[in-house]
Amino acid sequence: MLAADAPESRARGDHQVLWRLVRIRTGWFGAALLMLIIGVALAAPLVAPYSFGQMSLENRLKPPNWLSGGSSTHLLGTDPLGRDMLSRVIWAARTSLGIAGISVLVALVFGVMMGLLSGYYGGWLDGLVMRLADIQLSFPYLLLAIAVMALLKPTLANLILVLALRSWVVYARTVRGSVLVAKQREFVEATAALGATDRRIITRHITPNVIAPIIVISSFQLAELIIAESSLSFLGLGVQPPTPSWGGMLSQGREYLTSAWWLGVFPGLAIILTVLCINLCGDALRYAMDPRLRV
Amino acid sequence: MVRMVLSRLVQAVPSLLGVTIIAFVLLHLSGDVTQLLLPMEAPEEVRADFRRAYGLDRPIPVQYAHYLARLLQGDFGQSFSHRRPALEVVLERLPATLELSAAALLIAVLIAIPAGIISAVKRNSIFDHLSMGLVLLGQSVPTFWLGMLMILVFAVGLHALPVSGRGSFAQLVLPSVTLAMWLLALVARLTRSGMLEVLSQDYIRTARAKGLAEFVVTARHAVRNALVPIVTVVGLQVGGLLGGAVMTEAVFAWPGVGTLVLESILKRDYPVVLAALIMVATAFVLINLLVDLLYGYLDPRVRAGAQRG
Repeated sequence: MLAADAPESRARGDHQVLWRLVRIRTGWFGAALLMLIIGVALAAPLVAPYSFGQMSLENRLKPPNWLSGGSSTHLLGTDPLGRDMLSRVIWAARTSLGIAGISVLVALVFGVMMGLLSGYYGGWLDGLVMRLADIQLSFPYLLLAIAVMALLKPTLANLILVLALRSWVVYARTVRGSVLVAKQREFVEATAALGATDRRIITRHITPNVIAPIIVISSFQLAELIIAESSLSFLGLGVQPPTPSWGGMLSQGREYLTSAWWLGVFPGLAIILTVLCINLCGDALRYAMDPRLRV
Repeated sequence: MVRMVLSRLVQAVPSLLGVTIIAFVLLHLSGDVTQLLLPMEAPEEVRADFRRAYGLDRPIPVQYAHYLARLLQGDFGQSFSHRRPALEVVLERLPATLELSAAALLIAVLIAIPAGIISAVKRNSIFDHLSMGLVLLGQSVPTFWLGMLMILVFAVGLHALPVSGRGSFAQLVLPSVTLAMWLLALVARLTRSGMLEVLSQDYIRTARAKGLAEFVVTARHAVRNALVPIVTVVGLQVGGLLGGAVMTEAVFAWPGVGTLVLESILKRDYPVVLAALIMVATAFVLINLLVDLLYGYLDPRVRAGAQRG
């Protein structure tokens, strides 16, 4: 296919290189902006003008600063309890990014382990893991998450577990596939013939081969879980007040949609900006790791 | 063909059983129903009677076995809050969800596939960059927020469309466009990359070398081959579509299965929740089966393989 491609791509070569550069550049842009968002989230106590819970009843439902009636001390306005929207959006970034990040890590550790074991050993374990994955995939995740969160107590630990449930399958399946391929490679067979233990083969020879897909998956899963968390919190089944979260703020914003639009707009913009940056990074990573992919 | 359909249906059984077990265990871990369903001041005898009447006083495995036995006879139990068969309650709401999902699917496919094809054929054109930028945006917007924004702009701001409810065509517009957006982005992107892949194949070069018009090459030789994998992906996304439907229904007060599940969970109406989950999972299995059949129709190689096996 590559050979057949050659004359054509020579004609279009310049464009392709340019296009690839653009992709990577958008990736850098996404990464830089994401770092900024994470930095602001981490530094919330220093950056946010107010604390997330500080109420001021005389300043209730103030519109953003640049509108008539806007308060000079509240850039993005205030909510029905007079809490500063900007501060709450900043503090909520901590919650949303933190929860999604931890959930991705939990899913990664569990999913990669399952994928490595089931791909390497096969047999009943493989059957069981893949069966579990099938059962889970045969069901709309969000509905499952809603049911689980509504029925268990909506604690932070439960939320993280439910979110991790979404992603482990993706890791397990991909890693299993890579392991099946890697297992057939000559250097793995050679190491096994030299008498290396299973553990050594898995950690030293197979794991390095699955790292690239894991990194790419992680970026997209992070984006996905931020949206899943905010959806659950929007329904009141995720992060519980008074802890601020973007989804939770939006569910308040929905009640005031006709009278105070800023409550429902700014937290949403925060989600979309964050997820967009992560997706840009993910695209660039995927592209950089496999330029043949025409993303 | 019949054999393939049957074996797929048999394979779906463990998945459906798994769903019922998980849902059943979770539902019963979640606390005493009588606290929510009966008045606060109800005496203990009344509560005990209620539990006995619905079989809630027996051990969970026994309850599950009974539930399953009745399920096999098509009996999904009585809804606690509606005092009617749970299945009836769910089936009443199913058309609304199917209508919403079908409308969204239609919008997504009708816009995304042409857009993806044009993007690929006119690669690196302004159209391509613009539509791929929109795709990236579309994949980053949470469905429920898009819904709120739509309400804000088209219903509250412009007074062009109704805020919520179901019945008229106008009421279908905002929810279905909202639900479609994410699938639209995905399909447009996949169509583009699939087309690019196909357009670099030998047989396309051959077709061009034969002197066929570029339109014929694209329409007859490229599109058909590029569409095959897209059908599969669209089928796999039906689960996501149903999940998105829950959020969309919540935002637009759309009276579908999603809102029913949310209401029933809060009311601890187990039989309705279980019936809804089982119906959704079944619908999901059937749709995927349909997609596989369609796949065989689009790609004769798959059909031949199925016959041999």
